[in-house]
Amino acid sequence: MTQKTYIQSYITIQNNEIVLNGDSIFKIEPTDFADFSKQAYRHFEIQYPKFFKMDALSKLAFLGSELLLSPLVSADQENNIALVLANKSSSLDTDVKYQESISDKDNYFPSPAVFVYTLPNICLGEISIRHQLKSENTFFIFDAFNTEFLSNYSNILLNTNKADVVLCGWVEFFNDSYKAFLCTISKEENTKYKNENINTLYNK
Amino acid sequence: MEALKQELKNKIITTLNLEDITIEDIADNDPLFGDGLGLDSIDALELIVILDKDYGIKLVDPKEGKTIFQSIESMAAYISANRTK
Repeated sequence: MTQKTYIQSYITIQNNEIVLNGDSIFKIEPTDFADFSKQAYRHFEIQYPKFFKMDALSKLAFLGSELLLSPLVSADQENNIALVLANKSSSLDTDVKYQESISDKDNYFPSPAVFVYTLPNICLGEISIRHQLKSENTFFIFDAFNTEFLSNYSNILLNTNKADVVLCGWVEFFNDSYKAFLCTISKEENTKYKNENINTLYNK
Repeated sequence: MEALKQELKNKIITTLNLEDITIEDIADNDPLFGDGLGLDSIDALELIVILDKDYGIKLVDPKEGKTIFQSIESMAAYISANRTK
């Protein structure tokens, strides 16, 4: 029997602002994403130097997941939290940077540190490493945020006991334009968002 | 040699995005990997690129890297002895 699932928390990152469960928790004057993400990292006193080595897409996914997962993850036990993310531009922002770095045949020094981010699902790896997750993870590419698909996919993972919690959402980054919307879903009853679904929260 | 060591520290901080580390934080004999600066395998590949790009040194035997990249001191000594630019 299919059990009902509930949105537990959600976060939106766009336009130099982070909104958690409807409340603005970080907002700065307009700046580029590199500066915004660094300021957010400092503001939330995150201690994870590897953050600075990540590409923009991974930083975006990392910041969103950090604020949603940190209260949930326990170091003492295995955390069965599946990650299901999607976007439109895949890792194109980094792909372009990498391509530019190898376009001059007389100055051909490909950077391994840039190359490793030329796949969108690397951001799932970064989140998994950070929270020691060994759970299901999938990254989809869609023209637009397909909330119905992600909602169904998350429900299947939860109802087949593949995951206790699903972190799902949209992490789009290209040419310094970005939007992240992430939410945690589980079977634990939470009436806070009973009149909402991923789509309505995403469009708030 | 002293100038080369400072140059290497600067390059490592910039290239490897060691955001919270300054030149003063890196002692010449500090291990670059493990308990020292905590660099990882991708960083090791970037160090190989630095040798090639900035000093004209191509590492033919990757095993050599373990000795060369032990510290700033060992890197500077190797570069001084083998640089072509």
